[in-house]
Amino acid sequence: MWKCFSTRTSRCFSTSASNKALKWWDHVAPAPKDPITSVTEAFLADTSPTKINLGVGAYRDDEGKPVVLQCVKEAEAKIAGCDFLESVSSAVSSKLVEESVKLVYGKNSDIIKEGRFAGVQALSGTGACRLFAEFQRRFYPESQIYMTDPTWSNHHNIWRDALVPERTFHYYHPDSKGLDFSALLDDVKNAPDGSFFLLHPCAHNPTGVDPTEEQWREISYLFKVKNHFPFFDMAYQGFASGDLDRDARSIQIFVEDGNVIGCAQSFAKNMGLYGHRVGCLNVLCNDAKQAVAIKSQLQQIARAMYSSPPIHGILLVSGILSDPNMKALWVKEVKAMANRIQSLRTTLRKSLEQLSSPLNWEHITNQVGMFCFSGLTPEQVDRLLREFHIYMTRDGRMSMAGVTTGNVSYLANAIHEVTKFG
Amino acid sequence: MYGFSSNKQRFFQMASTMLSLASTTPSASLSTQEILKGKVRLGSGRVGTLLNKEKGNPFIKAKSFGRISMTAAVNVSRFEGVAMAPPDPILGVSEAFRADTDVKKLNLGVGAYRTEELQPYVLDVVKKAENLMLERGENKEYLAIEGLAAFNKATAELLFGADNPVIKQQRVATVQGLSGTGSLRLAAAFIERYFPGAQVLISSPTWGNHKNIFNDARVPWSEYRYYDPKTVGLDFEGMISDIKAAPEGSFVLLHGCAHNPTGIDPTPEQWEKISDVIQEKNHIPFFDVAYQGFASGSLDADASSVRLFAARGMELFIAQSYSKNLGLYAERIGAINVVCSSADAAARVKSQLKRIARPMYSNPPVHGARIVANVVGDPALFNEWKAEMEMMAGRIKNVRQKLFDSLSAKDKSGKDWSFILKQIGMFSFTGLNKTQSENMTNKWHVYLTKDGRISLAGLSLAKCEYLADAIIDSYHNKFCNNVHWYYIPVSFDWILDPGLHKSK
Repeated sequence: MWKCFSTRTSRCFSTSASNKALKWWDHVAPAPKDPITSVTEAFLADTSPTKINLGVGAYRDDEGKPVVLQCVKEAEAKIAGCDFLESVSSAVSSKLVEESVKLVYGKNSDIIKEGRFAGVQALSGTGACRLFAEFQRRFYPESQIYMTDPTWSNHHNIWRDALVPERTFHYYHPDSKGLDFSALLDDVKNAPDGSFFLLHPCAHNPTGVDPTEEQWREISYLFKVKNHFPFFDMAYQGFASGDLDRDARSIQIFVEDGNVIGCAQSFAKNMGLYGHRVGCLNVLCNDAKQAVAIKSQLQQIARAMYSSPPIHGILLVSGILSDPNMKALWVKEVKAMANRIQSLRTTLRKSLEQLSSPLNWEHITNQVGMFCFSGLTPEQVDRLLREFHIYMTRDGRMSMAGVTTGNVSYLANAIHEVTKFG
Repeated sequence: MYGFSSNKQRFFQMASTMLSLASTTPSASLSTQEILKGKVRLGSGRVGTLLNKEKGNPFIKAKSFGRISMTAAVNVSRFEGVAMAPPDPILGVSEAFRADTDVKKLNLGVGAYRTEELQPYVLDVVKKAENLMLERGENKEYLAIEGLAAFNKATAELLFGADNPVIKQQRVATVQGLSGTGSLRLAAAFIERYFPGAQVLISSPTWGNHKNIFNDARVPWSEYRYYDPKTVGLDFEGMISDIKAAPEGSFVLLHGCAHNPTGIDPTPEQWEKISDVIQEKNHIPFFDVAYQGFASGSLDADASSVRLFAARGMELFIAQSYSKNLGLYAERIGAINVVCSSADAAARVKSQLKRIARPMYSNPPVHGARIVANVVGDPALFNEWKAEMEMMAGRIKNVRQKLFDSLSAKDKSGKDWSFILKQIGMFSFTGLNKTQSENMTNKWHVYLTKDGRISLAGLSLAKCEYLADAIIDSYHNKFCNNVHWYYIPVSFDWILDPGLHKSK
């Protein structure tokens, strides 16, 4: 690292100053673009009328438009222009945590009744993961984190910036485009006892490949024996099966088996609150007393990062979850979103099969959640972009939420074009 | 491979996994013997329960996996050894205040604006902006990592003035952050990454969370003299001397206006001299601007220190917050600005700030950014905002005046209380020490931080006389004021009761 500076000691004024000013940032290189957000940036800059954005995992309706859920609109109307201030925040924040963990553990869970969890609001899923990663390093400075191969690209950044080294474990089988279960179990078994693992409880990102319930049971049992710590990143609860409870089943299996877990939740996708940055982090504890201690540590980490989370999203989520009618409406709307994606998966697969594609496209309907790991190569992805103005990340991950009845044929044709020769 | 042929084998298997857990916890080094004897209760004691083969325990379930049957106790928490974090000194004051049942109680702790009726205040322009936003029915899509473009433009222009060369030449990298804290943290992480080993000089005293931010970002810091308790004013010579003594290329954290916690700001002439010595030492100025518009009532006047440094062609950091001046405390809206020597440098710096933000929270919250953009972008709303800010700053100035008048009238000692009028912004350093501050709380039910800082935003005209009484009493009270009294009790008690000394 070096700095270059002038030997000027007298004052300089505006115009000539920039030439003589100390150049502190010469050694700052331009950062590489984020592989996911850069796709949206490029898409926005594209003027083609047929462009399709299958990049970021944000839900779109059948016109390709962003959606504000009806339950959110109602919650929004209730709070607009009201006097919600800093003095109210702590009560509202607790409500959010209370309601969020019910979604994870079930509303009648003993864990909740006994307060055996440390829960804090977080800046959506990213913020929850980052709080946990920092907490992990603080109390287990020598530990590592095992991540699925592949995983969401930002997971690598989060644990890296928290100074926790990462390792990967087998997950996706590129040949079957499904789960590489035996290799997964081997990796879990061979990891040193008491390792930290990052798991996707449902709707795996980017592959859309989830273990079956039986497979989860085996994984959970192995975790228990190995005394591993499972950390769940639940960003798509409701999008895998359409049913919120079902999508949390894997976590509940681990808890039933006596595993002590942590869980990050995001309301970005399932409540459509992307820009509000609202989520929750919880860590299971032995008892309520320990929960207070752990919560205090998490809050301290947050205090030095952003002090407190933004209130608006918290008000919306806690308002919706604590009102039975609004919550029921929300549950319906989540199911509708999941159903739309499911039906477009079916349509896309059928269209490709009807085009007599030489490839097997079963994985489009086997995979669940928002994403399809298409199996397209980077070169094919580039062609889709250049020739057809179809945007996705270079690993071939397609956000099915960006597919509509209006563009699915175009998409199928384009995919067929770039893959028909194998 | 996981079959257990006998209970004994199963117990040893469990014990060994428990041991491996125990060995990762520094405080617990246990032998198998101790665990098996149930002597050591790990966590909730469920291990002891398991080993004692207690039946009917609701937390123990039997599970079957084909031929394998095992009793699954809940693992002891991984985070057994996690201690309670120390309570936040500032927020703790509000908690204590809430618990106090005395009718005369007064909360001069946390720095959030209150009306004369001591109620929280949502600005009218904010309500209007939110209603506009609701009518428009805007979506809730992700912002870009750097935040809302309209907000970033507005915030930089507010800070520098729209015509400022740094803006016209696109030399400012602006990234929306989570209020002041989040913006400071982005900058701290950037310093750690690109200036490893460089330290930040912070004023003594400064806002408590500054140290937490730099500690967690692993940026070393040291203090420069700032507050002079003898004058209850600025130790200017000390400040200059300490900035000069620091290694070249240090970052100097400055409060743009309304210093927190003292309320003591350098004069324009002093700012010039501070700028001189920073340039001389090739330091980088790093402004924390949390009160622009709130200190004097004028946005431009409160930005004059920042603009002075920018006009000298210096490269600098500025963190901004809209918590106080727009009352958006809970929305977490602010920005980090880095003034660079070229547009190219600004682009590169911005890209790296984004790279720091992405693994922290991906992208910043939209609501507060839209409020600011709407208020600043609409001339009518912008003027209304300026008027509301003047009103808030005006109320605080009035309260300062009344407090000063009350103190001067009631205090017969001839002490000079004019520092109350010279200080600016939400806070005032009263000059009360820890014991005196405790007297304020214990005797008078006036809540303030132990450093003698009062938040004038929490004071009404109606309560000024009462506060004056409390301050005068605490100041002149022999119990509090006599430093020797700290030491005498120990020795006297020892003389009176020799046994007491041993137990200390």
